[in-house]
Amino acid sequence: MKLPEQMKRLGIIVLLFVVIVITRFFLLPETWISARPHQAAKVVREMAKPVQYAGMATCRECHADEYNTKLGGHHRTIGCENCHGPAAAHVANKDDKAATPPKHRDREFCLGCHGFVASRPNGFPQVDGQKHNVKKRCVSCHDPHDPVPPETPQDCGGCHGRIARIKAASTHAPLACTECHQVAEQHMTEPRSALPTKPAQRQACARCHDKASADPAAARSRVDFSSHGRSYVCWECHYAHLPEGTQ
Amino acid sequence: MNKRDFLKDAILFFPAAGVLQALACKAEGKELSASATTGYDQAQHWYGMGVDVDKCIGCNRCVEACKAENHVPDEPYFFRTWIERYTIRAHGEVTVECISTKTPEQRLAEQSEPIDPSVLRTFFVPKLCNQCANPPCVQVCPVGATFQTKDGVVLVDETRCIGCRYCIQACPYGARYLNPYTRTADKCTFCYHRVTKNLLPACVEVCPTEARIFGDLKAKADRLVRFQRQNVISVLKPDLNTEPKVRYARLDGEVR
Repeated sequence: MKLPEQMKRLGIIVLLFVVIVITRFFLLPETWISARPHQAAKVVREMAKPVQYAGMATCRECHADEYNTKLGGHHRTIGCENCHGPAAAHVANKDDKAATPPKHRDREFCLGCHGFVASRPNGFPQVDGQKHNVKKRCVSCHDPHDPVPPETPQDCGGCHGRIARIKAASTHAPLACTECHQVAEQHMTEPRSALPTKPAQRQACARCHDKASADPAAARSRVDFSSHGRSYVCWECHYAHLPEGTQ
Repeated sequence: MNKRDFLKDAILFFPAAGVLQALACKAEGKELSASATTGYDQAQHWYGMGVDVDKCIGCNRCVEACKAENHVPDEPYFFRTWIERYTIRAHGEVTVECISTKTPEQRLAEQSEPIDPSVLRTFFVPKLCNQCANPPCVQVCPVGATFQTKDGVVLVDETRCIGCRYCIQACPYGARYLNPYTRTADKCTFCYHRVTKNLLPACVEVCPTEARIFGDLKAKADRLVRFQRQNVISVLKPDLNTEPKVRYARLDGEVR
């Protein structure tokens, strides 16, 4: 029996279709069709990349003394490799002198964090690098693993540099910080455990700025405290470290 | 070769090549899955980072650590993470500058500049890839080179990337750059090679003030989960619905 020509052609088309389906779903590897195998391979490659920073826990295994000293001091949150640099190579081979983490002794290194920058958060200890014991290296007075000021700081500007500098340029420059803030002695050594107060009473400002206050000859702005902004404490509107009259 | 021969050969070639490729794939098939090699299960994690803006001192150590850990080019315009300084003046003028482009000497010289009393507020903001849960960069990649892993990290497969820069345009946070040496897109991976080994990302490891907190959002007890609970959290550009997994605390409204 001879198949009609149309059936032959139809057969070829069906066969072609079957071949395509088999190729697509069974023969072609998934890497040709989907990105998923490539991505899985990338994850494996990414995970296999070498580590440069060994992590604080690794340093502790050999340098427990330094670690424990640091743990009790103000530098407790700082990882060892923050100052000493990546140490994975040192961990892998202790005897390799080239991989020994550096000990920074220069002032510039400490000033990278502790030099005064106005954008740093209020309360972060900062010094003026051009005034603070210029000839000395920081490590000659401060132990980097347990940094404590040799003397309890009395000048608030050591940690509140921006406020101190702004106040120095304002009409309030002659006033001591303690004129408005009560500061417990404990605040000097453990700053966050005893925060200074802010004036809770309008009386703090009224002493000088009330119309009826003493020394009427002194040049300063005065308001009638009985009618001016009654229910608010003054610093809720006025910035006492740089009062409006200054500029 | 005439057209008929060419088509015949082609029809034979593709399935044959496919069979070979499939066999090759089977041979190395076991290496392709991460959990099979290391026992690390991606599905158990969903990584994120917390940034406490009030703690950043702008020391730039995170940027240096990132560059050392991930071989980011030294030139000061390629970053996986960087620090911006926001300065807000009276009358609402806002200036933003990237302090990471400066040399340590330049940053040190800035310290002796006199204070500007017209500045109302100034602060540092660490930036990095937000590892969006809904990443626009993945959508636009024409070759599937960039993708999100099951633990929520967006990676770039450098062997697939064709360097078209489409993802760099699509990222609303400017977190990607074209690596001039590999000619492929590169970005923060949350130090994927570290976090999968239970180490912290390099930037978190070195941050002196704990301004950066790394964690697993799927974990029940985790520093990041705690951080989110204790602080008012904002993300960058929430209106874009990218659902960033870098969560900021005490973020000023001016920060974009």
